[in-house]
Amino acid sequence: MQLYLPIAEVSVNAFLLLGLGGLVGLLSGMFGVGGGFLITPLLFLVGIPPAVAVATSANQIVASSFSALLAHLRRRTVDMWMGTVLLIGGLLGSALGVMAFNTLKALGQVDLLVRLCYVVFLGTVGGLMLWESLRSVWRTRSGVVPQRRRHNWVHALPFKTRFRISGLYISVIPPILVGLLVGLLSAIMGVGGGFILVPAMIYLLGMPTKVVIGTSTFQIIFLTAFTTLLHATTNQTVDVVLALLLIVGGVIGAQIGAQIGTKLRPEHLRILLALLVLAVCGQLATTLLLRPEEMFSVEPVE
Amino acid sequence: MRVWAAILALALLVLPARAEEIVLGLSSDEVAITATFDGSDILIFGAVKRAAPAPQPAPLQVIITVSGPLQPLTVREAGRRLGIWVNTAAVEVDAAPTFYAVATTGPLDRILRDTEDLRHSVSIPRAIRAVGNDVGNREDFLQALIRIRTEEGRYQMLEGEVDFEQETLFRTEVGLPANLTEGEYATRIFLTRDGRVVDTYEASIYVRKVGLERWLYALAHEQPLLYGLMALALAMLAGWGASLGFRALRG
Repeated sequence: MQLYLPIAEVSVNAFLLLGLGGLVGLLSGMFGVGGGFLITPLLFLVGIPPAVAVATSANQIVASSFSALLAHLRRRTVDMWMGTVLLIGGLLGSALGVMAFNTLKALGQVDLLVRLCYVVFLGTVGGLMLWESLRSVWRTRSGVVPQRRRHNWVHALPFKTRFRISGLYISVIPPILVGLLVGLLSAIMGVGGGFILVPAMIYLLGMPTKVVIGTSTFQIIFLTAFTTLLHATTNQTVDVVLALLLIVGGVIGAQIGAQIGTKLRPEHLRILLALLVLAVCGQLATTLLLRPEEMFSVEPVE
Repeated sequence: MRVWAAILALALLVLPARAEEIVLGLSSDEVAITATFDGSDILIFGAVKRAAPAPQPAPLQVIITVSGPLQPLTVREAGRRLGIWVNTAAVEVDAAPTFYAVATTGPLDRILRDTEDLRHSVSIPRAIRAVGNDVGNREDFLQALIRIRTEEGRYQMLEGEVDFEQETLFRTEVGLPANLTEGEYATRIFLTRDGRVVDTYEASIYVRKVGLERWLYALAHEQPLLYGLMALALAMLAGWGASLGFRALRG
């Protein structure tokens, strides 16, 4: 069934959009990532104008994350205090990111920057995650007991606070910095930032994997809600009809994903996420390296 | 008085310009974009009115153009730098039609002279140039724009697609794509004989969103904050609803 989208001004198959939403929702429920790094390129492929795709996927992430958050709240796997601290940094970073984005846009080549950002960050994060989780799987198999969280530089910083649910007693500076980085990148790349946040929480802050997903979902909701409002008021590029279709697919997918997520072992979950991130990275890298079929591109001036 | 009337009558007979005139009909002068809009065909038809029988041996030809609203564009060219493909050059096009179709009774270069094309901006490249666009010496940018938009169905060259009965009745159908831009679609009809334009006629087709599409579009542009909050509320509500629904399902 074809449906005409009022803001995107294109006619798209409704079931295709429902399916896309469902797929991304499934991943969001399983891994606690918003799925922005997947849905935005997918919407480009379907023929949605880039500006509308970025803004609307932010709105879609709010819905699927909210649904996932409710599931996590019931299982008490959300560290609200940690989420709030991350969010403070996140909003600050997002504001800085929008400023940086506009400066680069004025200089041209913002397109290339966004794609390079994707390749570099997805590649690094995916590679590190894969390496680490494969190692931890190997350790469990061979029976070597992993060292419990070591004291590193993170523990030597001032302004310490207790994150009860995470079982941590650390300074607020590292979470704020992590939030800042995620906010910055989310504004530039048009994503929630879960794929950076999740590994940063595990490896940098040393949070238990169990609470990482719920907590990242918590902070992503606020960050993407902020982004949605920003896009709606400045560019009028949020398409509610498109969002609603993605949401209906997404919320169902997210619920199923959250169920699968609790049944899988955390190491295996991390391997899967790492492979997915690397696949997207590889796809984007090929578009940069291969000779394009059409050497020219047409872009309407906003 | 009689003398004047005779001169006037003589002048009317001698003046060839209005010897053949267009009488136009459109299947509709409005295209409504609804939620299930998936492109639309418009039927353009009409007749040639004559004061005297068809005078010359060269056959009469019909050219019909439909042009959508104009829009500024950037055309970019990719090139290889340090092993990766990046945009290396760009040309600004001040105003290009979002949609443009040319339907004719025969090959355009044979039924319309170049000078007439220049004057009336009929063919696709001329129609883009007509609005004062200067692509400099990079003709390939203009060709790329036409190539890309032709593939998208936005620019259409429909040579020989106009039915012309006994040099009197003509009709053609133009398919408007699904990704239509709102606005006024200028429709022009040219009668040509021996490559020269004999008569022209202009009409407009209005394309606009209706119903829910119209309402959402207006809200997004007139009350953006309210619209944004509504989008968020919808998102949260859907998330909450799904969560409730799944709990109920699991008992």
